[in-house]
Amino acid sequence: MFEIIDKRELCDKVYQFKIRAQHLAKKAKAGQFVILRKDEMGERVPMSIGGLDPASGVLTVVIQEVGKTSASMNRMKTGDHFADVVGPLGIPSHIEKFGHCVCIGGGVGIPPIRPIAQALKEIGNKVTTIIGSRTKDLLIFEQELREASHELLISTDDGSYGTHGFVTTILQKMIDDGGHIDMVIAIGPVPMMKAVVATTREPKIKTYVSLNPIMVDGTGMCGACRVTVGGKTRFACVDGPDFDGHEVDFDEMTKRMKMYVRYEKQAYDRFLQDEHCRLAKAAEAPKDKNA
Amino acid sequence: MVDKNGKKKLTTKERMQIPRNPMPEQEPNDRICNFDEVPYGYTPELAMAEAERCIMCPKPKCISGCPVEVDIPAFIRMISEGDFVGAARKIKETNALPAICGRVCPQEEQCEAVCVLVKKYKPVAIGYLERFVANFEREHAEIRIPELPPSTGKKIAVVGSGPAGLTVAADLAQMGHKVIIFEALHKPGGVLIYGIPEFRLPKKVVAAEVDYLRKLGVEVNTSYVVGKLDTVDELFEMDFDAVFVGTGAGLPNFMRIEGENLNGVYSANEFLTRSNLMAAYDFPEHDTPIFVGKNVAVLGGGNTAMDSVRTSLRLGAQNGYIVYRRSRKEMPARIEEIHHAEQEGVQFHFLTNPVRYIGNDEGWVTDMECIKMELGEPDASGRRRPIPIEGSNFVIPVDTVVVAVGNSSNPLIPRTTPGLETNKWGNIVVNEKTMMSSRPGIFAGGDIVTGGATVILAAGAGKVAARAIHKYVMGIPFEEEKEEEKEEATRGT
Ligand SMILES: Cc1cc2nc3c(=O)[nH]c(=O)nc-3n(C[C@H](O)[C@H](O)[C@H](O)COP(=O)(O)OP(=O)(O)OC[C@H]3O[C@@H](n4cnc5c(N)ncnc54)[C@H](O)[C@@H]3O)c2cc1C
Ligand SMILES: Cc1cc2nc3c(=O)[nH]c(=O)nc-3n(C[C@H](O)[C@H](O)[C@H](O)COP(=O)(O)OP(=O)(O)OC[C@H]3O[C@@H](n4cnc5c(N)ncnc54)[C@H](O)[C@@H]3O)c2cc1C
Ligand code: SF4
Ligand code: SF4
Ligand code: FES
Repeated sequence: MFEIIDKRELCDKVYQFKIRAQHLAKKAKAGQFVILRKDEMGERVPMSIGGLDPASGVLTVVIQEVGKTSASMNRMKTGDHFADVVGPLGIPSHIEKFGHCVCIGGGVGIPPIRPIAQALKEIGNKVTTIIGSRTKDLLIFEQELREASHELLISTDDGSYGTHGFVTTILQKMIDDGGHIDMVIAIGPVPMMKAVVATTREPKIKTYVSLNPIMVDGTGMCGACRVTVGGKTRFACVDGPDFDGHEVDFDEMTKRMKMYVRYEKQAYDRFLQDEHCRLAKAAEAPKDKNA
Repeated sequence: MVDKNGKKKLTTKERMQIPRNPMPEQEPNDRICNFDEVPYGYTPELAMAEAERCIMCPKPKCISGCPVEVDIPAFIRMISEGDFVGAARKIKETNALPAICGRVCPQEEQCEAVCVLVKKYKPVAIGYLERFVANFEREHAEIRIPELPPSTGKKIAVVGSGPAGLTVAADLAQMGHKVIIFEALHKPGGVLIYGIPEFRLPKKVVAAEVDYLRKLGVEVNTSYVVGKLDTVDELFEMDFDAVFVGTGAGLPNFMRIEGENLNGVYSANEFLTRSNLMAAYDFPEHDTPIFVGKNVAVLGGGNTAMDSVRTSLRLGAQNGYIVYRRSRKEMPARIEEIHHAEQEGVQFHFLTNPVRYIGNDEGWVTDMECIKMELGEPDASGRRRPIPIEGSNFVIPVDTVVVAVGNSSNPLIPRTTPGLETNKWGNIVVNEKTMMSSRPGIFAGGDIVTGGATVILAAGAGKVAARAIHKYVMGIPFEEEKEEEKEEATRGT
């Protein structure tokens, strides 16, 4: 059992969890992920490592509510326990002396950028980080990334903060202005990663993306996570999650991620319905006593 | 003649004339609507009646047909005397997992294949009897924890909790060693838990074996991926005196044909793991979903293929097909499973191989293009090689495909353990007498050494490894093994 020692809301439907996982926090490296299971009936869900504190044995993950499992995890409280935290899984991000690195994060892809930016910076790269969200209120981890990088640039789709546009608006401008970039790493929603890769293809900038297909075991046993990279089938959990972005078949991946939409919706609706009833009952309870 | 209980003693001839007692089982139409075990098992009366059929050969051939040489006539005699618990313990002298082996061993190729009755009559139902006594022992709470010798102070890590790892752990614990199992998944049991379905091997049977280990003092660490959290070398740094690697053959093979990544195309490992380990048949009570369409095609002819197709019927498929490139005769699945699949309405396409999958715009598989095959000369495996018949292509409409064409070994441990020798298939190379690898102190056994094989072979390898590990950690030279083996061999005959 793995204790949640601190849980807090970062923005609507997005929570940060600090989980005690002594051994794992010592072994994990930037770019790896864990698999969480809430309880005995629970699904195994992969979550990126958003922060590591080896000294205190604490792991940070940031969970966005998109369906039943992420919703029920986000209802957990400080002091609650996850049944399982498996990892560290996947191959750590490629950290070497590239020169100028641009780290790009979107949505819940922003937290895992932090350990990567830190690691790249530590070995002497110049690190520019670009993060983006739909609107100012949904922007997370700004302070953390400001500390982790030399320079932090921000975009919002609606222009409420930073550059008006997408992370690729900023990236494109950097390229157009003749800024030298040796390497880009992008983590975020598939459309964002696809757009980043489209931006760096022409100028031939080495671009890594961290893929998040559907997974079950996370150890290479099931093949649920298969993605096509460079025309070959790869298992994202053991061969990745980072891949050469210019080789990834994003369209296939997008379709594969919709495989269970129907079931997911059913489970999520039922979860929300149950929760609604529970809350309504709880609200009624004191009234009963008075009657 | 009358025995001491006043029961009439049968002559050999009379015994041979008793017909084999079939095992009562669920009707096919009922069982495809549930995940309960198909056979109900023998009653004590049926078991005793079946035991009467054994003629107690002075030189029993059946024993040599069993990879771990269970003393078959001895345990059968105890059944006929009504000593079911004694019979279970007799089996356990050489086979730690009778409840499992009685259910899943390919008896028709092993012990029962060489029973003397096989020539003229039907063989004694050794597997059914083994299953019966193991169940009896478990259900009557007669599981005896043997008295453990004083602790040796040695610590052994067992990586993987399939039949190989469970057996090594049980044996070493009984020799007084501290054993800690490291299992990557959240439940111990290996293929027994994530692969073989409930209707063939109830999970409670596996859980009972693991409980037994815990009672022997074995620690079981789940959700612990060796090679990721700790490497094998780091385990040695954690003061383990030896490491046993029983990580199985868990890497699913695909056929590398067009359309294999379409939605609806599963590896058997994923399909079975979702259904068994994650209990997707119980969605949405359990959170993990599984997709099963109307027409499910399963590729392959082994136990894994039979398990997948029978699972798909239970999950609501209207048509469950087995698509196999050779003929019925070459199918590696247990006869009983093929028979059960037929009863349940599985449709077989023999001498057929898929060439590509056809999908719709949303990326879902809709059809499978196949080609007809014919059998040519025997290949290295001794089975006749299937050759495609040109121009014989045809299309089957499918919405789910399960690829069950075998597994390879997971490269995680070899990759993270320098100096660990593997062969060209990635299997760990060991000395067969000791199961020690090229790295002193690292032992291996089961599917990670042999490639996909059987439960009893994995368990047998675990036995051999346990004996050698004991010697290794106690500083007893391996050479003595040979002497002992000779002795045992002469005693056995
Ligand atoms: C390597 C990796 C790292 C990830 N990191 C994070 C993270 O840091 N924070 C975060 O909020 N999310 C992360 N995800 C995505 C997260 O795993 C899914 O959002 C979660 O599984 C959804 O579960 P659910 O039951 O709430 O939603 P569901 O209703 O099950 O699914 C909603 C959508 O989430 C995706 N999804 C569903 N199941 C899985 C699964 N087992 N694996 C991957 N995706 C799935 C699908 O596209 C699906 O349509 C990561 C995924 C991967 C593979
Ligand atoms: C669907 C199916 C049906 C079968 N039916 C039969 C049958 O009817 N009869 C029969 O005799 N045989 C059958 N077999 C074969 C039999 O199950 C295997 O031969 C046997 O389970 C092999 O045992 P093992 O101990 O070597 O490995 P496994 O049972 O494969 O167990 C290996 C374990 O190691 C764990 N592991 C792997 N890597 C790591 C790591 N790095 N760290 C920690 N843990 C790790 C895995 O999670 C797994 O739990 C079947 C196999 C399958 C897949
Ligand atoms: S272990 Fe398997 S082969 Fe041996 S006697 Fe039992 S059923 Fe037969
Ligand atoms: S060979 Fe058959 S009849 Fe003979 S002892 Fe074995 S089980 Fe009994
Ligand atoms: S998640 Fe099962 S192989 Fe990657």
